[in-house]
Amino acid sequence: MGFFTRFLIPNPSPVIYTSMVAIGVTILLIVFGLTHFKKWFYLWSGWLTTVDHKRIGIMYLIAALLMLFRGGVDAVMMRAQLAVPDNKLLDSQHYNEIFSTHGVVMILFMAMPYIMALMNFVVPLQIGARDVAFPRLNAISFWLFFMGAMLFNISFVIGGSPDAGWSSYFPLAGNEFSPHVGTNYYMIAIQIAGIGTLMTGINFLTTILKMRAPGMTFMRLPMFTWSSLVTSVIIIFAFPVLTVALIMGTMDRLFATKFFTITDGGMDMLWANLFWVWGHPEVYILILPAFGLFSEIIPTFSRRNLYGYRSMVASMVFISIYSFFVWTHHFFTMGQAAYVNSIFSITTMVIAIPTGIKIFNWLLTMWRGRIRFTVPMLYSIGFIPLFTIGGVTGVMLAMSAADYQYHNTMFLVAHFHNVIIPGVVFAVLGAATYYWPKMFGFMLNERLGKWAFWFLTIGFCLAFFPMYITGLDGQARRIYTYSESTGFGPWNMVTFIGTVLMAISFFLIVYTVYYSIRHAPKDVGQDPWDARSLEWATHNPVPEYNFAIIPQVNSREAFWDAKYKGVELFKGDYEKIHMPNNSGSPFIMSCIFFVFGFALIFSIWFLAIIGLIGIFTCMALRSFEIDHGHYISVEEIKETEAKYGGVNK
Amino acid sequence: MKIKWVLLAILSAIVNVLSGCERLAVLDPKGPQAQTQANVIWLSIAIMAVIVIIVCAFLVYVLAKYRDSKLPKDYEPPYIEGNHVVESIIVGVPILIVIFFSIVSVISNNKVEATPEEYKGQDPLVIYASTSDWKWHFSYPENDIETVNYLYIPTNRPLEFKLYSFGPITSFWVPQLGGQKYAMSNMVTTLHLAADEAGEMMGRNANFSGKGFAENMFPVEAMSQVKFDDWVKEVKATAKPITAEKFNELLKPGHVGQLTFTGTHLGFSPAPEGENAGHHHGSSNSDANSKGDHMEHDHE
Repeated sequence: MGFFTRFLIPNPSPVIYTSMVAIGVTILLIVFGLTHFKKWFYLWSGWLTTVDHKRIGIMYLIAALLMLFRGGVDAVMMRAQLAVPDNKLLDSQHYNEIFSTHGVVMILFMAMPYIMALMNFVVPLQIGARDVAFPRLNAISFWLFFMGAMLFNISFVIGGSPDAGWSSYFPLAGNEFSPHVGTNYYMIAIQIAGIGTLMTGINFLTTILKMRAPGMTFMRLPMFTWSSLVTSVIIIFAFPVLTVALIMGTMDRLFATKFFTITDGGMDMLWANLFWVWGHPEVYILILPAFGLFSEIIPTFSRRNLYGYRSMVASMVFISIYSFFVWTHHFFTMGQAAYVNSIFSITTMVIAIPTGIKIFNWLLTMWRGRIRFTVPMLYSIGFIPLFTIGGVTGVMLAMSAADYQYHNTMFLVAHFHNVIIPGVVFAVLGAATYYWPKMFGFMLNERLGKWAFWFLTIGFCLAFFPMYITGLDGQARRIYTYSESTGFGPWNMVTFIGTVLMAISFFLIVYTVYYSIRHAPKDVGQDPWDARSLEWATHNPVPEYNFAIIPQVNSREAFWDAKYKGVELFKGDYEKIHMPNNSGSPFIMSCIFFVFGFALIFSIWFLAIIGLIGIFTCMALRSFEIDHGHYISVEEIKETEAKYGGVNK
Repeated sequence: MKIKWVLLAILSAIVNVLSGCERLAVLDPKGPQAQTQANVIWLSIAIMAVIVIIVCAFLVYVLAKYRDSKLPKDYEPPYIEGNHVVESIIVGVPILIVIFFSIVSVISNNKVEATPEEYKGQDPLVIYASTSDWKWHFSYPENDIETVNYLYIPTNRPLEFKLYSFGPITSFWVPQLGGQKYAMSNMVTTLHLAADEAGEMMGRNANFSGKGFAENMFPVEAMSQVKFDDWVKEVKATAKPITAEKFNELLKPGHVGQLTFTGTHLGFSPAPEGENAGHHHGSSNSDANSKGDHMEHDHE
């Protein structure tokens, strides 16, 4: 291939040309806007170089919301294509690219950063810390994720998107059957983002182990922090597997090694194994923090402590270990013996036990409570029945004899959306509403939020429940068209209508933000929900140093006790606070990573070598850099605290 | 409150549709393996529906009773750490259910992975089912014939499918006969099926294999052994023999209609069976030969 022809899209269509123009116009508008309002310096000093965990959290949130729309547009296009039999809206190649990117974007570039957003913002506040353990590493994690995501997204307009599914099974994903660069994007963009995630895991494990406020023992940790701790451990064990698998896949594609090929000793099953050894724990990396978030929201709006705290912790720890013993259920149909299938069938079903415990604990938390139907609580209440349905269909899938009939069908697609959407998406949408005043200092409009919730929930039911039926009727997943005689048509139309309702709900969420920026009261106090854990003991929005005085923790719900039992939370006087300095190097290094990744994808070797040298140069410069951070003086703290009305004693 | 009723209504609608709609392929079995699977599915739907209903009922009860607006103004929720009896129940009952399902699962796994009990002792009809982009090749070594993209099978006789692929991983699936299994390039997987009654069924590749995947289907027709034998005779009288050249032509990506041949490709391009299947460390056997041809395909 010539130098320039490889950048061309293999299957151009009007949709892609329109997107090209849209992307170009958006970039121009952003550049123009930043210049016009003289915000370049603010952007650089306030955000691009920040090492503040709260700002990094907010950037994760913005990136996740953008990706939610990218993945959502993919979903609408897919369901529009399938809405009627023999539809000609998209061709096969385009459809394949769309479902592949939909999966990757939603799991890795939407759900993951959304979880990271909340972990970043909430965990240090919940444990009474002033930052994470390694603030600069945290910035690197974010920017690597962000660059990975952007690199993945430009595949849509340069060179072509991956088209072998989000699981990218070899040999289909090999050069022989996927000759264009799409799968290179998959391998390298996910690798770059994955390095960021791995470092986040290390960072948060250290933060939670080492930076808890005095008195905060493990059995006093708030539940979201517990879930983040467990999740960090899973990340540390699971992500290296992905790293290795992606390196092997990249080598196969770029350097013609034979790890996963058909001939010369390659093993296509090896990819499936490595992928799911990471991929199954990955779903718990997503769902456990979501469980943590529900465990924060439900007690707050039930005005009760969390029921069965110890069993909640135990079940999470159990799930985290067990998540590594079930991966084979993703390929029950790969021809292993009946006894292997039986073992993994049982290990998979066992996960339903701790999950069931959690569901009942939430129900029992509401029991004898005082339930307020706020938007975050609506998401949590909606989650319980929907997730239960998703969970029981998971148990159905776990029985391998029956799985032979569900495997690769819409039944499976319905199942995993039925756990991920009520589980993860409801959790993060609810939690974003819940933490919004802490992040931005104002509340989101409740009435609009409820509208969005109902559109989402009803849309969800319409979109995914029919899939169980068409799956049992023989509709395989990932088919781009079907004939009228199959009878799938009406059900797929219902699904499409549900998808449209869900799309409307996402626009309603955006409108809620816009409306609330304009109309919501700006002074809501530090604790607008009457919440229970430490993050609500800070001002709104949270000052740079989080806590002027580090809190003393004496119970599981220290802030609640401080409010209603008169326990003193902040003892002692102001002292000067040590904070890390901002740094441009995480952003710059990640930009070089972007260039390096792009060069690898297109095999532009001289640029890749320059990129690699650049990355190592950044690391070398860092090792020679002397940066002890800075102190915030007592006067400055007093000034800030006076502005906010002083420490809540 | 409203949401619960909506959800309950939707749930019961699903149960109704599933129970009323006999035509769903998976729940309309035409063979013993699919029957076993349908039984497992029905059993699990029934038990799982009970669990969902219990959770929903409890949720509705709690929401109705303890909503803020219904409670007296001075009601202050109690602090409850937990209760051993309650927690034993919410741990114990799921454990019992999982034990029950484990037993069901082990028994049904062994059933679907073996020749159906009703037909034990009979000689199975072995059919090699292989895929190339985006076709199905069915070889009948016993009858020495081969078809492309359609499958005829005799009823009341065990069938042993030997599955493998000349390209990406595919999955052989005839919902009304039984669940699917993968066909891969470097190993042969075995699927035991049987048909109890005559009739036409849908079969397809269920695992995504690229551009032509959606059309990667084949009709299956089950017929009595007599009719099947007649068909074999007819094929032998009318069809042309398959040659290595013709076969390599067929392996190239693309769609072809339904074809019929005498002889099978197993002679010149055997399935990757045996202990060292799939590990061609550069050795020059006949199998590597056909793979070599495949490597040179100009894949679009």
